[in-house]
Amino acid sequence: MIATAQPPKVYGIAAEFPSASALYHAAEQIRDAGFKRWDVYTPFPVHGMDKAMGLGKSWLSAVVLCGGLTGLLTAVVLESYPSLIEYQTVVNGKPTDWATVPAFVPIFFELTILCSAFATVIALMVMSQLPRWNHPMFNWERFSRVGDNGFFLAIEARDPKFAEEKTRTLLESIGGHHVTLIHDY
Amino acid sequence: MDASVDPQLAVNKTPLVANGRSMDWVTEKVSSIVETRTPFWWWIAFMITSPVALMGLCCIAYQISTGVGVWGENHPVGWAWDITNFVFWIGIGHAGTLISAILFLTRQKWRTSINRASEAMTLFAVVCAGIFPGIHVGRVWMAWFLAPVPWYEGIWPNFRSPLLWDVFAVSTYFTVSVLFWYTGLVPDLATLRDRTTSRVKKFFFTLFALGWRGSNRNWRHYEMAYLILAGISTPLVLSVHSVVSFDFATSVIPGWHTTIFPPYFVAGAIFGGFAMVLTILIPARILYPQLKDLITPQHIDRMCKIILLTGSIVGYAYAMEFFIAWYGGNPYEQWLFLRNRLADPYIIGPMLHVTPAPYWWAYWSMITCNVLSPQVFWFKKNRYNLWVVFIIVNFVNAGMWFERFVIIVTSIANDFMPSMWHLYHPSWVEIGTFVGTFGIFLSLFLLFMRYLPMIAMSEIKIVLPESDPHYVAPGTAEAETHHSTH
Repeated sequence: MIATAQPPKVYGIAAEFPSASALYHAAEQIRDAGFKRWDVYTPFPVHGMDKAMGLGKSWLSAVVLCGGLTGLLTAVVLESYPSLIEYQTVVNGKPTDWATVPAFVPIFFELTILCSAFATVIALMVMSQLPRWNHPMFNWERFSRVGDNGFFLAIEARDPKFAEEKTRTLLESIGGHHVTLIHDY
Repeated sequence: MDASVDPQLAVNKTPLVANGRSMDWVTEKVSSIVETRTPFWWWIAFMITSPVALMGLCCIAYQISTGVGVWGENHPVGWAWDITNFVFWIGIGHAGTLISAILFLTRQKWRTSINRASEAMTLFAVVCAGIFPGIHVGRVWMAWFLAPVPWYEGIWPNFRSPLLWDVFAVSTYFTVSVLFWYTGLVPDLATLRDRTTSRVKKFFFTLFALGWRGSNRNWRHYEMAYLILAGISTPLVLSVHSVVSFDFATSVIPGWHTTIFPPYFVAGAIFGGFAMVLTILIPARILYPQLKDLITPQHIDRMCKIILLTGSIVGYAYAMEFFIAWYGGNPYEQWLFLRNRLADPYIIGPMLHVTPAPYWWAYWSMITCNVLSPQVFWFKKNRYNLWVVFIIVNFVNAGMWFERFVIIVTSIANDFMPSMWHLYHPSWVEIGTFVGTFGIFLSLFLLFMRYLPMIAMSEIKIVLPESDPHYVAPGTAEAETHHSTH
């Protein structure tokens, strides 16, 4: 990389709010103002915040359904092919035909669950764009309280409605404290 | 209903976090366990548990290098302490999943202060459980035969066997429990990452917190993921002990061949698991006094109620198993229940003119510990007395071990052919291995307590009143208008 003397890129403007309820009402106002690229940061999932931000239901469940079906299909093939076709194990003279399929059900179930769980965690990572080592928000000193009792709202510079001075005034007018420009180092 | 009364408070009079603690207090107190110097008692405890764990590992090494002949097993008692201990430990795990998954789905908010530690307990109990079926196969290096791969002469495992179902059930259970536990840990690891000043800790917390920053766009998916993991863990936990019970129930051995086994085993697992949760949380609460406002007497009271409920279900199952043995008219089963389990040398034996059962003491220990002892929890005074609770839950721990011993050993020691009868006695290697698993379990738990947040901070903050976006702090001008508008 070539070192440049350009000033650090602006990631956005962030503000701190005193409580979950203050942040909730602020989010409603930012949503109504028509911003698209913004986010709130809280120590715990605030009930109803998705609605206040204008976000719909997470579609993570659809990925999990696909994962579960993959697991089920894997189990069907894994059990049926050897046990019915390729290598029929005769134990104590018991049958090995199609009527024994109910004996496969426990493993159908277990592999469905196993693949659903992996799909859930992987989808969560992909959809949250995690893992990542750093984030511009971490450059803000106050932000270290986000896991404790800090409630933050940040509007990104790439939002079409973003204008440094106007956005700053807006955040201050809806009750934001410590309104700060966040740089993307 | 009076509209000014918060419905949450109306239903739930005692707050879940005592003394009106703030979010900052929760973060500070829970993180302090990880951040401050290792307490002296921790070293003492670890210096006791780790040699015990090492002794267990040495017994395992001796058994593997010499052969299963070092155990007390014989013909017909091919399953004894090994499988007893396996079922004992896997059952203990179930309470953790019940707390983390089933109580989550049923909106039992009190679970938040105990779920993290209970889930950790699940993982460590399953680690201990997994040792036993692994080493009891004898030639451990052949354990890969359990895996569905035809690498040896094209031989596949028998997918119709409950023993193979068990391999899948237990390994799935462990994997899903790890994923669920870790997903829950991520926000708390991020909290510790943001607090720590040590470079080494910062590196590891940054690594394992995955860059979590409490973004609501992430919380949205996170909450869905958490709900789904709870939703799939619920049938999973019920299936695991059902499949364990199939190992017995699908056989033709009197005492094992019983349709009541799956629900009976699941209830017993939850029963024994809650006892173990209390066994470790009551001392933890005393050693870390800051946890007293998070794990309140109310939590202990509720866990005691679950122990009472599941203990009574288990008691019903014992009675029903006995009734069916008599009512079913199978002479072998009747013989087994009376002459291998029930007939004691003092009352029932002489009364019915039968020889005392060789394992009568195990059967009656089981009844005393599992059915009679939890009945003291009918009284509120006992549920709030930590000494009573601690003593009773240890009775339950012992009773649940006896239950598995009774089911396994008494059913096969004296089976169909009198010429085959052979009583079972454990060898020192088996005793050492079993005691060693307690060392492994407690050592792992001590390490967990020391290095990871043992209370789910991000979850417990949700049950604080100020986490509600419509919360109005009492005594403010806003609160006055809030009241008048209602």
